[in-house]
Amino acid sequence: MADSDAIVEVRGIRKLYGEVEALRDVSLVFPRGKLTTLLGPSGCGKTTLLKIIAGLLPPSAGEVYVNGRKVTGPGPERAFVFQDFALLPWATVLRNVAFGLELRGLPERERHEAARRYIDEVGLAGFEAAYPHQLSGGMRQRVGLARALAVHADILLMDEPFSAVDEQTRRKFQEDLLSLLSIERKTVIFVTHSIEEAVYLSDQIVLLSRRPGTVSRLVSAGIARDKGPDEIRRDKNYLDAVDDIWHALKRYLV
Amino acid sequence: MTPDRPKIPATFSLLIWFLLWEAVGRAGWSSIVPPVSHVLIAGVEVFSSQKFLAATRITLEAFALGMACAIAVGVPLGVLMGRVESASRILGLWVNVFVSAPISALVPILMAVIGIGQPTVVVTVFLFAVFVIALDTQVGVRGVNPSLLEMAACFGARPHQVYAKVLIWSALPEMLAGLRLGVIRGVKGVVIGQLLVSIIGVGELFELYSRNFLMEEFWALVIAVFLFAFALSEVIARLERRVEYYASTR
Repeated sequence: MADSDAIVEVRGIRKLYGEVEALRDVSLVFPRGKLTTLLGPSGCGKTTLLKIIAGLLPPSAGEVYVNGRKVTGPGPERAFVFQDFALLPWATVLRNVAFGLELRGLPERERHEAARRYIDEVGLAGFEAAYPHQLSGGMRQRVGLARALAVHADILLMDEPFSAVDEQTRRKFQEDLLSLLSIERKTVIFVTHSIEEAVYLSDQIVLLSRRPGTVSRLVSAGIARDKGPDEIRRDKNYLDAVDDIWHALKRYLV
Repeated sequence: MTPDRPKIPATFSLLIWFLLWEAVGRAGWSSIVPPVSHVLIAGVEVFSSQKFLAATRITLEAFALGMACAIAVGVPLGVLMGRVESASRILGLWVNVFVSAPISALVPILMAVIGIGQPTVVVTVFLFAVFVIALDTQVGVRGVNPSLLEMAACFGARPHQVYAKVLIWSALPEMLAGLRLGVIRGVKGVVIGQLLVSIIGVGELFELYSRNFLMEEFWALVIAVFLFAFALSEVIARLERRVEYYASTR
């Protein structure tokens, strides 16, 4: 991967929580327009790494570069999708989706217009006036995704976005995410502990070792994206990649 | 509740107590307990009297002023203690001491410092209400879902936006609970303040009736004050239930 292609680069990241070392010497390049997954056993620091890239956590050592500029905090070119959705429970779907734009001081008419477009795009049309507690988990995460899309960030940071929704909803959501990304052309950094999810969604998979988290391997699934979702799930490359990663991660268990 | 058993309305228990009260009153065991029907008749007379209206006005004035100050001080104090660790360490102990302390014991000292009159009553209401409001606000602010704060930071919220758009709304259920308890304490405060100062408002009437053994008027006034406190706390409780509903997913 040529350096000019890198939209996000992390160099020598180390993170200490008191005495505990969560990440050690993590250096990675995230290519522009691709979906990269951070995959590893629980407690390997993958969410920590994502939050450092988001600028929510300061690293103990090392740097993060976005478009060649060093990151010191959150920025408008990065948007976050939260594991627990992080929706305002007192606000409607419309206001939640428009919240990022509201914080930027956009006039109400403009931000609602933009929000409606993305509510449509994630398949929630008709639910603009609903409150989060009236929605299912999957629908709530669609609101979280629409909010992240509405601010026109180039980079989507997704922290186990589907872990709180049931299996069927999850599959449907994964398919919708891929078709959405083929239109929106975003760079996605995606955290998950599901091997199938990682292989199904990713262009590049980063395997992290158990704590302290280090980069243990880079895997390119090499799955042709022009196939349908059901075909992909039966594809030989897909099944081999899942198997291969499982064997690589197995040694970190127990 | 099984469907074949009829639901007993809450007013039924009130009716039983009133009947019991009436019977005890009619038996004439004690002049302190007149029959409830006499109390109600005396009530009509008391509540339409010029004296009562004047007392009510001055009492409500002291109550409203004291509560307004308690909210204006208690909410920011609670937010400060909820957000700033050092503030909670310095102030938390005092707020906790005062919230459980018998504030009535301080009223005589207040009288000596501030004088005998309306300001003392206002300060008493303030002291009765402010600490529980501050404490509950602190609990609410501390209970904010951390990922909501991360979300706000991610989308570029400035500090004042975090407060105005996330923290206050998130803490609203606890703040309202504090306000409800504050209002209940404030009613106690206004009556105790006036009783100890004893020359103004409803407190003066209480003093007047009990000293002259006008028990019917005395009980009528007691019922009025009870109803006022209860009605006010019910209004806030209703608001709380609405907010609870909107905040149910956090």
